[in-house]
Formats: sequence, structure tokens, C-alpha cells
Amino acid sequence: MSAVTTRHSDAEAARNRKFGPLYSRNVRAVVARGLMATKSSNWMVMLSGFFEPVLYLIAMGVGLGAIVGSVPGPGGGEISYAAYIAPALLAVSAMNGAVYDSTWNVFFKMNFSKLYQGMLYTSLGPIDVAMGEIFLALLRGLMYATGFTAVMAVMGLITTPWAILMIPAAVLIAFGFASFGMGITSFMKTFQQMDWINFAMLPMFLFSATFYPLSVYPQYIQWLIQAMPLWHGVELLRQISVGIFTPATAVHIGYYLVMIALGVLLTTSRLRRLFLK
Amino acid sequence: MSSPAETGPPQYVITAENLTKRYGDVVAVDGISFSVPAGEAFGLLGPNGAGKSTTMKMIGGVSQRTSGSLNIMGMDPDQNGPEVRAHLGVVPQQDNLDEELKVRDNLLVYGRYFGLPMSYLRPKADELLEFAQLTDKAKSKVDALSGGMKRRLTIARSLINEPRILLLDEPTTGLDPQARHILWDRLFRLKEQGVTLILTTHYMDEAEQLCDRLIVVDKGRIMAEGSPASLIREYSTREVLELRFGSERNATVGTELEGIGERLETLPDRVLIYAHDGEAALEEVSARGLRPVTSLVRRSSLEDVFLRLTGRSLVD
Repeated sequence: MSAVTTRHSDAEAARNRKFGPLYSRNVRAVVARGLMATKSSNWMVMLSGFFEPVLYLIAMGVGLGAIVGSVPGPGGGEISYAAYIAPALLAVSAMNGAVYDSTWNVFFKMNFSKLYQGMLYTSLGPIDVAMGEIFLALLRGLMYATGFTAVMAVMGLITTPWAILMIPAAVLIAFGFASFGMGITSFMKTFQQMDWINFAMLPMFLFSATFYPLSVYPQYIQWLIQAMPLWHGVELLRQISVGIFTPATAVHIGYYLVMIALGVLLTTSRLRRLFLK
Repeated sequence: MSSPAETGPPQYVITAENLTKRYGDVVAVDGISFSVPAGEAFGLLGPNGAGKSTTMKMIGGVSQRTSGSLNIMGMDPDQNGPEVRAHLGVVPQQDNLDEELKVRDNLLVYGRYFGLPMSYLRPKADELLEFAQLTDKAKSKVDALSGGMKRRLTIARSLINEPRILLLDEPTTGLDPQARHILWDRLFRLKEQGVTLILTTHYMDEAEQLCDRLIVVDKGRIMAEGSPASLIREYSTREVLELRFGSERNATVGTELEGIGERLETLPDRVLIYAHDGEAALEEVSARGLRPVTSLVRRSSLEDVFLRLTGRSLVD
């Protein structure tokens, strides 16, 4: 008995490569597929994702803002209510988009459209698929953040050139949530379990100093909220929007860097459970 | 049908030894061993839950084996998943075409997953659309295709990387007879080109048509192995006599039929007599004064072998 061994050198090279069986260094094929699918059928979904924070900004910022008037911003200066909540809405939209892309979207493509099964029967490995999906989520986040920042500028809510940095910061926030979301999805087996994700996100959206300052809460509630990721995102973008930076800025950025590191670690360790059963 | 003539020892493209897969306490594949030479059409037959699909997944390296060894063209799919799959084409049980892409784009994008250049993929995609008789559907959406067309597109897609081994998991389930025959014809052509076919199926006629050699799997174990003809020789008789006495009489008539043929099987709706010569057995039945409502002499088929080996009770 003899085995065909013509490809032995390839095999040898792969064994020596990091993540050999899980990675074929072809993330761009997954990204190209995502862009092609967006072009042909998903652009309506994309558009609705862009309008959501804009509608909130108009309803709450302009509508409610007329009653509220101006509020103290970061650093103590008075800013309009719309200018106060706009960066928070951007942070929320970065979170929502990234979580949707890395949880529901991945769950659906894994279990229902069977898209990943097709991909994983090619040369692609789970790392190619996971990195491609996260990259697409961040690209979408980048587009939304750019669009929303432009809307803020048009509405006269931007007063400093520093505000342009909200765009990369929003991508940083999206990365933090996307890297964790995919790892968490690997534990999910049913739609009911997927609903828990929404259950965790809604209170974060409402209470993370999004619409009013943290100081309205008793101290122990403040600590709880400060432990949550969204609050750091809201505060980071709010500081950037007026160009006021404090040591807390570094803490917020550091929080996300740690979150990304842990999220990537979690997702990588769960890749076999997520994709290869 | 026999394997293509070869000089020297056969080149095995797949060798499995004591291949085992457990999901928790459930043993899906229980220590099976088999080898497949290049160019063979090799069938895995078995009832639902026998471990056929799991075996296919382990060959593709998308499911890790629990123990045993597996060698695909000199490589271990658990260690070299991407390299092994570069030479595999896979037609899964359920179509998993990319519904968000058009027909031709499905082929192009799938080829990109293998890292193949567009200069190769464009003419290849057109060639495969021709092969799958889908050229005029190139720009259609996938969900506008019929079941047979989707199946053909899935097969065309599996060929984009010119695989040396094609894994087909129940390729014709759910297709009408016309679509099945077109598919069989395409699979024959691939076999003629030297592609190794690994095929699971529920359809015994399909296995008899397509497979040079097959294994019958039940509860994760190999029950029998051989060519369709040799399995029929070994596990059944040349002919089968089917008798219907009406559902009340079928059960009681058994004792009166004893001794006719080599083996007797009583089912609720009919009695089967396995015999070398079915006509002679029928004459014997008449000679004993029994008058069946209907009688039929037919050649033994793989289905008889299958049911004998895996039983008649329903598996879910």
C-alpha cells in the first residue's frame, strides 16, 4: 500500500505555520464575498443601520433638546443637549452594529444559511472566516461613523477639529464589541439564547450616561455602570467631540484595548467550537 | 464495473484506520477502517444516523476525529485542513449555495476561497456552467433556481478547484428522476476523468449505478464491504420471489412455505422468498396448493442486502 505524497512539502510548510490547520491567509476572499453580497442584496439593511442613530439624534437631541436647553459638557463648559448626546449615540451605534454583525449575523450564517459550512469546505480555515467577518463589521462601522460625524457637522454640533478622531475611536469601540460578540456566539445554541444578548444590551444603551450624566445615580450604581464597556465608549467619544482630554481618556482607550485582546483570545480559543464540530 | 487498470500497487488517496468520532457519550463513528484507491467510486451506505456524514466531515477536516488515523493524499486533515481541502470538492447533503450572490458569482467567489486567481476562474466558471447546463442562468439569483438546478450548481461549484476527490453526501436526495439521471451522467463523466468519488446515498439503485465498491455502515460500524455484485452474491440470493396473500394471511402462511428457497422473510404486506431460481420457487409454491393474490420474481438488489444488514425497523 502506498499513499499519494506529492503535496508533502505543502503539508510540511503548513505544520510549521502558526494556526496551520485553522488559517490559510486568505481573509481577503471572505471580505470580497461580503462586499459583493452587500452590493447585490444587503444595501437596504446597511442604509437602515445608518439612519437609526440619526433619527435618535433628531428626536431626542433636537426635540427633547428644545426643553432641556444646554447642559454641562466634559470639562464643565455648557453645550447643547444635542451635542451632549450625539457622541453617545455614535458609541451606541458602533456597539449595536458590531454586536449585530458578530452575533446574530454569525449565528444565522452558521446555523441557517449554512454559508460558513460552504466556506470551511474550501481552503479557508476558521481564522480566515472570523477575521474576514470582523473586518467587514469594522468597515461597516467606519462608514456609519463617518456618515454620522458628517451629520453632526451639518447640524452644527461640531466645534473642534479633534472631533474627526471620533471616527477611529468608534471603530475601536466596534472592534471591542465585535471581538467579544463572536466568542460569545460560540456558546449559543438556540434563538432564545441569542435573545439574551439583546437583553444585556438594552439597559447598557439606556443607562450608560447616554442621555444624562452618571451623577444622577447613587455611588454603587455608578461603579456598576463604569465597569460596563459602553460607558467608556460614550465618555471617550464625548471627550473627543469637544477636544478635552484627561487621564480618564487613556483609561477609556485602555479599557477597549484590553477588551479587544481578551475578545480575540476568547474567539480564537472558541473557533473550533464555533466552526468545527 | 472494476477500478481502472493500474500498473503496480494501487495508489490510495484515502486511508482510514480505526476512525472514531464521539459527541459526548454518543459514538457516531465507531472504529471504521477503509482505503480508497485513486479513481474509484466508493460508496458509504447506511440508514440515517449511521455515521456517513460524520465520516465525510472528518475527511474534509471540518470535524475533528476523536481517535484513529486518517490519511488524505499523504496528509492528515486535522493537521493540514486547508491543504487537504484544496484537493477536495464537496457536495453537502443540503445545498449551501450563497443565496446573496448570483449563479456565476457563486462559482467565482467559491474559487476565491481556494485562493485561485480570477484569470483562471473566469473561463473555468463558464466551463462549469456549461457542464451543469446552467449557462443561460449565469446572471440569475440562486433562489430562482429549481431544486435540480441548485444541485447541479452545487456540483459545479465543488469542481471549481479541479478536485482529485469529490465528496458527495446524498447528491440526488429530493430530485425528480430526470434530474437524477442528468446528475448521474455528470458524475460518470467525472469518474472517466479520473476523479475519485466518495458518495453517500439512501438510494440503492444509485449505489449500484455509480459505485465500484461500497461499505454498508450501521451504528458507526462497517457491516459489509465489497462491490455491489459481490455484496448481492454474499448476502442475498440471485433472485427474490415476492408473494402477497393479503395482510391477514401473510403471517400465517409462513409455516406452509418453509423449505422453499434458501431464506424466507415474512413482512406485514408480503412474503419474500430468497432463491437461486425464483420461477422454480413459485412452481413449488403452487405445487403445495397455495394461491397468492400476486406473485413477482425479480433479481436480488442491493436493497435486499441493505435491509438484511441494517434491519427493517425505522431509524430516526
